Amino acid sequence: MITEQRIVTERVGIVDPEKIETCIDHHGYEALRKVLGGMAPADVIDVIEKSGLRGRGGAGFPTGTKWKFVAKTPGDRKYVICNADESEPGTFKDRIVLEGDPHTIIEAMLIAGYAVGASEGYIYVRGEYALSKARLVKAIQQAEEKGFLGKHILKSDFNFEIHVHSGAGAYICGEETALIESIEGKRGEPRTRPPYPTTNGLWNMPTLVNNVETMANIAAILRNGAEWYRAIGTASSAGTKVFTIFGQVNSRGFFEVPMGITLREAIDTFGKGLKLGSTFKLAQTGGSSGSLVPPNLLDTPMDFDSFKSGVVMGSGALLICDENTCVVDLAKVLLNFFRTESCGKCNPCRIGNQRAYAILEKISQGIGSLNDLKDLEMIGRNLYEMSNCGLGQTAGSPIRDILAQFRPEVEAHISSKACPAGICAMSGQPVLV
Amino acid sequence: MTLGTLTNIQAREVAKEITLRHGASRDELIPILTDVNRQLGYLPVDALDEISTLLKVPKSQIFSAASFYSMLSIQPHGRHVIQFCESAPCHVQGGREVWAALQTELKLKAGETSPDNRWTLKTTSCLGLCADGPVLLVDDDLFNNVTPDQIAGILAKYP
Repeated sequence: MITEQRIVTERVGIVDPEKIETCIDHHGYEALRKVLGGMAPADVIDVIEKSGLRGRGGAGFPTGTKWKFVAKTPGDRKYVICNADESEPGTFKDRIVLEGDPHTIIEAMLIAGYAVGASEGYIYVRGEYALSKARLVKAIQQAEEKGFLGKHILKSDFNFEIHVHSGAGAYICGEETALIESIEGKRGEPRTRPPYPTTNGLWNMPTLVNNVETMANIAAILRNGAEWYRAIGTASSAGTKVFTIFGQVNSRGFFEVPMGITLREAIDTFGKGLKLGSTFKLAQTGGSSGSLVPPNLLDTPMDFDSFKSGVVMGSGALLICDENTCVVDLAKVLLNFFRTESCGKCNPCRIGNQRAYAILEKISQGIGSLNDLKDLEMIGRNLYEMSNCGLGQTAGSPIRDILAQFRPEVEAHISSKACPAGICAMSGQPVLV
Repeated sequence: MTLGTLTNIQAREVAKEITLRHGASRDELIPILTDVNRQLGYLPVDALDEISTLLKVPKSQIFSAASFYSMLSIQPHGRHVIQFCESAPCHVQGGREVWAALQTELKLKAGETSPDNRWTLKTTSCLGLCADGPVLLVDDDLFNNVTPDQIAGILAKYP
């Protein structure tokens, strides 16, 4: 039996997020005291590096390495940005932390600022998260009153201030360079990388960008030590992961467990099993840019490396689908998301997603051809190889997965002009998209 | 302020007041646009022009940002804006049926405004409320675990 282990969400539901005192009573700002009380910036980075913490935004880049890059880049000004633009469909792990324990983010940004040599930070919250923003603003104000933010923090020479910046509705702003463009008051179009934000970030200054969940691990690691953290999870992926589970399960919500849980364990233990009468058909893991997982991969342990076996952990979203799900319909919904959210800067993504969506629409109306599947495969490859950023590079994964794992069902829409799950319209008429 | 009475001058006054409150600098552009949009319901050309003058940023760049973000609009909306989550989690949890019911009830498609100006129907990407899906927003009010037979009752609350 798998049980929860809470690090990121340790204080969620236990403290009052609008009262800093309750947070201080539960280890709040202890790590900051420890750091400012005698640790050198290099020592802090060393602990984070040895802990094995990897970025929780989805890509899994080693956090300590990123901190080191920013620390060693000279700059008159440096910035720490917390990426709270959580927009991956099915993902609300960051909202849980922002609403339930905003002080863990503030404390982590302070520690990061001290470690990399920054005195200013931004939290970029997605525009739709109004409660998250309100709680952050209040938490910052209370932290200032207690002397954790501002000048000479805890009577040291360290100064740090934090601004909260709201997005205005754009999935792409979760990409770190698009996020930076948005803070600068522009369209959220990703920059060409390299150079990376670690050297040329906000206002062209060295900038550290970390996801909310990554940040929420920092204070606990510094309190308990790198070895403690490294011992949790799997060989490639230290620590815990916050997952969200929903779809055709009996219990929907979030849970935090050591890395390495399987889908079957997640469904049985935290989803409380499939709904009565449902049989498992597939799980969509890691959000829209993740993977469609067939039943034979239910026992694959999920971590940052499990994508190699076909199970993307990504943001930790687990959408459980039963036999009443059509893979063409599902891929259509996912490609509709990407064509809507593509920023339009690069052609492979702007045109490729629209084309792929149009072909899937055609197939769902029963007027597709087998040649369309070749076109879909080509578009998927082009998206992966030629897009400028992660959005386009991963947008083809639903196409890849339905053709690799569920090809007979897709072909039935074409050769038999029938939707086996009984979902697609199959009108026989083209639809303008 | 209702749309019928909004004049060019009022749009400029609102834009000016909000811009000066935030401070007329380029990095305040998105917060400025958000607040103007919230107060006026959309971003009229005159408001964008005023912001351009105060920020000393070309109009093309202001328009470029204003037309990029989904929470900003350069078109006027109906009295009530419905935003329906069309992402995969809501879709497979019954959202497909709710969306069909919503379009039938309103006789509108995505992006359209009703002739009597009562409704604008929009789709939105995931709002992060997937454990309670399907979800939809009417103005700032959230409705979760929505079923097709609840649609008429929800709409009746907004004259």
